[in-house]
Amino acid sequence: MTVTDHAIDREALTLTFVAEFAAPVERVWQVWADPRQLERWWGPPEWPATFTRHELTPGGEMRYVMTGPDGDTSAGWWRMTLVEPPHRLAFDDGFADDSGEPAHGMPVTHAEARLDDIGDGSTRMTLISTFPSLEALDELAAMGMVEGMSSALEQIDALLADR
Amino acid sequence: MDALTDDEVDALFRALADRTRRDIVARVIDAEQSVSALAERYAMSFAAVQKHVSVLERASLVAKRRRGREQIVTADLAAVRRARAVLDVYEQLWRHRAAQIDALLAEG
Repeated sequence: MTVTDHAIDREALTLTFVAEFAAPVERVWQVWADPRQLERWWGPPEWPATFTRHELTPGGEMRYVMTGPDGDTSAGWWRMTLVEPPHRLAFDDGFADDSGEPAHGMPVTHAEARLDDIGDGSTRMTLISTFPSLEALDELAAMGMVEGMSSALEQIDALLADR
Repeated sequence: MDALTDDEVDALFRALADRTRRDIVARVIDAEQSVSALAERYAMSFAAVQKHVSVLERASLVAKRRRGREQIVTADLAAVRRARAVLDVYEQLWRHRAAQIDALLAEG
């Protein structure tokens, strides 16, 4: 995997992330389309995800629960706005309440992914995350995700640096 | 979109264009300081330091409050800075996800 590009547009509140994988488009599509594969990479470090609902169709709903190192859980949902196998998908992504259903008043982000064949059996995945407002970003920060995730990511960096 | 207005961006850049002000921000991020404690660190008057603090305050980079006779300056985790931090974390999250996908694909 090579991260070929990343850009943060603070004014437009978008994050663009581009990575290339040494596998054909159809194979990379599977990491989204197969819930058992999806849950192996969706969760942040130390927060593995379990998808309890997975409808990869336009208008389809997803539900997942992530379990942290202390046994805490955090639930989320997606609502698919675009599904065009094996090249494009887009969805709204939000937090769920204790019942697992979308939590009212919590920030919702929008994600768009595109998979392109770049030859040699490789695929470029372009991911664009759009945040609804500066206030929404502020809420995400206030929820402590920054501190929590930064420390987990630092641990990963440390592990990688040891290699 | 509730992005920063041009005026807000201008205020931010203006505030950080000055070395003393950048130094003040760095110090108060580390630990809150009184204006008088800050003034002792720079070869300038108390009033001049106070003025720098006001510029930073207008740019939402620091906040000032009273504690007895002292004015305490704290780093204000203003929306813009938190927003930046969140976007940075999301970028890291996607790096992590891409690495996990890569590991998954390597299994065949």
